[in-house]
Amino acid sequence: MSDAVLQIEGLEIQFPGFAGAVHAVSGVDIEVGAGEIVGIVGESGSAKSVTAMSALRLLPKGAFDMPSGKITLLGKDLATITETEMNEMRGRDVAMIFQEPQTALNPTKKIGKQMIKVIELHTELKGKAAKDHALSLLRDMRINDAEEILDRYPFELSGGMRQRILIGMAFACSPRLLVADEPTTALDVTVQRQVLQLLHHKARQTGASVLFISHDLAVVNQFCDRVYVMYAGRVIESGKTADALGSPAHPYTQALIEALPEHAKKGEALSSIDGTVPNLVKPPTGCAFEARCTKSIEKCIQRPALKPIAADKRQVACWLKEAQNV
Amino acid sequence: MSFLNVVRRRLIFLVLVLLGVTLITFTISHLIPGDPARMIAGDRATPEIVAKIRDDLGLDRPLYEQYARYVTGIVQGDFGTSIRPRRPVLEDLRIFFPATLELALVALLVATSLGVPLGVASAVWKNKLIDQFVRVIAVTGISTPAFWLGLLVILLFYGQLGLLPSGGRIDPSMDVPATITGFLLVDSLLAGRFDAFASAFKHLILPAFTLGFVHLGVVARQVRAALLDELQQDYVRTARANGISSFRIVFTEALPNAMIPSITVLGLALGDLLYGAVLTETVFAWPGMGAYVVNSIQALDFPAVMGFTVVVSLAYVLINLAVDLIYMAVDPRIREVS
Amino acid sequence: MSDAAQTSKPRGLNINWRYIWYQISRSPLMMIGSSIIAIVLILVIFAPLFATHDPNAISLRERLAPPSWDHFFGTDEVGRDLYSRILYGGQQSIAVGFFVVVLAGGIGTLLGAFSGLVGGRLDTAIMRLMDVVLSVPSLVLVLALAAALGPSLQNAALAIAIVRIPFYVRLARGQTLLVREMAYVTAAETFHAKKRHILRWHILPNIMSPILVQTTLDLGNTILLASALSFIGLGAQQPTAEWGAMVATGRNYILDQWWYSAFPGFAILITATAFNLFGDGLRDILDPKQKAR
Repeated sequence: MSDAVLQIEGLEIQFPGFAGAVHAVSGVDIEVGAGEIVGIVGESGSAKSVTAMSALRLLPKGAFDMPSGKITLLGKDLATITETEMNEMRGRDVAMIFQEPQTALNPTKKIGKQMIKVIELHTELKGKAAKDHALSLLRDMRINDAEEILDRYPFELSGGMRQRILIGMAFACSPRLLVADEPTTALDVTVQRQVLQLLHHKARQTGASVLFISHDLAVVNQFCDRVYVMYAGRVIESGKTADALGSPAHPYTQALIEALPEHAKKGEALSSIDGTVPNLVKPPTGCAFEARCTKSIEKCIQRPALKPIAADKRQVACWLKEAQNV
Repeated sequence: MSFLNVVRRRLIFLVLVLLGVTLITFTISHLIPGDPARMIAGDRATPEIVAKIRDDLGLDRPLYEQYARYVTGIVQGDFGTSIRPRRPVLEDLRIFFPATLELALVALLVATSLGVPLGVASAVWKNKLIDQFVRVIAVTGISTPAFWLGLLVILLFYGQLGLLPSGGRIDPSMDVPATITGFLLVDSLLAGRFDAFASAFKHLILPAFTLGFVHLGVVARQVRAALLDELQQDYVRTARANGISSFRIVFTEALPNAMIPSITVLGLALGDLLYGAVLTETVFAWPGMGAYVVNSIQALDFPAVMGFTVVVSLAYVLINLAVDLIYMAVDPRIREVS
Repeated sequence: MSDAAQTSKPRGLNINWRYIWYQISRSPLMMIGSSIIAIVLILVIFAPLFATHDPNAISLRERLAPPSWDHFFGTDEVGRDLYSRILYGGQQSIAVGFFVVVLAGGIGTLLGAFSGLVGGRLDTAIMRLMDVVLSVPSLVLVLALAAALGPSLQNAALAIAIVRIPFYVRLARGQTLLVREMAYVTAAETFHAKKRHILRWHILPNIMSPILVQTTLDLGNTILLASALSFIGLGAQQPTAEWGAMVATGRNYILDQWWYSAFPGFAILITATAFNLFGDGLRDILDPKQKAR
């Protein structure tokens, strides 16, 4: 794909441990096109964050193995560039925001100092010009008393305020890709909505692509153009948000949507998925969802590949669908 | 927490500590089998003389009265009179304390200037060869008998190489500069005596290195642990995601924050160095409180020992107060939450 | 960690030995530490087997002889073999170490756990008393106590043990307060289980990890401190072979007969280092906060 901002192919990541290596990510393909907002949705432990971190080469060195996979960011193969080149891209061409705004800023430095540092690092703006840019970024995030905020320490601000500052910082150099890892999960529901709207607006305005990680189907549904559903380190379904979440093809996605509270009928118990996520030290050789799937068939002990089932990159990894299509 | 609150809290603590310290040393001093009055009087004194001394010192009074008298004395600046040379303890301590403090401060400088870089290297290259090396150095440091290391450096730098003196504070043939601060390095500079400064400096090298080496490990470990702690904070991840280089992350983001908790350890180290000098001073014939107290202990001269203990504990509390204030100055989280 | 949950029976220590062994085998420093401890212990315990001479045999003809095949570490001022004296001297130093750790660790842990369990005014009183003792610089307190008790190695050991007790009290109490908050202890209290029962079955087994670490580190520190006391004449007395005392006598000959002080001091260094390496490694393994790194 020539217009892809980010392309992850056949990614496998393992973490060595006491009981054996944890196969966190096993064979994931993800693509983010220019200006596209792409979601990754899945339960905790499905390796959404690990996948996202690897896109910026942010996993701690030496703590993991990557037996296979190719990550292409803005046309550059991440395996071939140096750390200096990577640092130049991070913050300028690609930025990331995280789940915990409480701790994501240096607690002993004023907001202004931290923002200006990033701006001066990646742009020609210095001193007063950098400060003005920081102010305009904050104002874009609907922060009215921006001047005063620059002079504050992180612990003096609310979580929502800090996340808005972090989003503002992420857009400091108009990146082509923003990776947002559960950016609103730690926030109050009322603040969540506002922060999401700001993020959405800013992304559309600057034409930045967004890779949006969340466990919250409702948020992904509202926010993303396209979505990947991950389970136990694998992508099991993908497509336009309306298709993948509107008419889910994989039993896991179906079960997830069934389990949403708004699907419950009054008087009935909320539906849930029986069983637990598989142990990734000894990952299942077949379909990862087989043990919990109510519709499993004999073939499910083999691993299903992610195969297209319709137009618009609509894909699913399930033997049931394969049987129907043939 | 305001400035005044910190000072007030520490001062209340100071009173408690002094009460505790005097109570303990006082109790111990009355555990000794000997009779202080007889020790002062000497072997040949008549029973009358011994009785008179006992009466003068109030040794026949009830213990609580003796204790009250001692504490009242301290508050008025009277630390009692030492048994052996019959001199006011406070006067002795006034002479010996600056020498010990000078040694401890220079040793702290040695421990910090070597320990911080080693700790940083160890944290940055965690589990690499250099980390293992630094950890071995650190553990060796805290496991080294300072009195033995002192002997070895004397053997090498004085005995074999003849580069440095084996003990004392200054060349005995040299006129000692007038005492102003009690720190020979400072006093000699104030007097414009560069020869004295050089000599004092040379005499400081071996004891300060010996004492500093033992604490180098403490500092290096603390800096390593604190820096590792900071490096796994979320803000470091943010900085990395913003393209700030690893070098700058360590030195401009994580290390300043890691030094905040390390201040406590450095403060504690200075306290330890003060009384750790007890052993080192003996080896290097350093005329400080350490040598004074060892001699006093061996002579069971408890007024002197008690005086030393009180002064060191006082220094301890004051160092802690200084640490608290420095904390407030450097950490906005503590300063601004009031 | 499911293994830990399976092996943690109420009785005994809640420590996953298999996990600890896995960690030891991965940490070179801990391997070195444990190997040295093993070697030192064997050499010292079986000193009669490894010694080449009678440690107290005087031979004035061979006074202050340098290291040779006959005398590995040379001889002292009355011709006693330093190598053999160091082996026997280790018995003193290591015995002091274990004595202090067992005495201070035992009393301190029980007192601390008890204090934390009963709480209330008694707890406050115990802890205030400990605070007072802790406010005195511990080396000074040891010196004063040892002097008051009279110079001998036993008294030095006793002095060190007394001064170390408050450290264990504070550690054990803190851990007890943590464990007490856990559901199973609260549950046991709801059933009006006897305090002694709770202490024995729930508190003690679960606070042992940090205390074990502390005792290992303390072994090294005690050996150092005891030798320091001997060095200034408050510990072992002549003619007992003891490392610190040997360094002290050797001090008079340091410029010409370097081996006299050098070897006994090195024995202190290597033993203390081994215990500290081992204790450090143990802490890294048992401290969950460190484990996460």
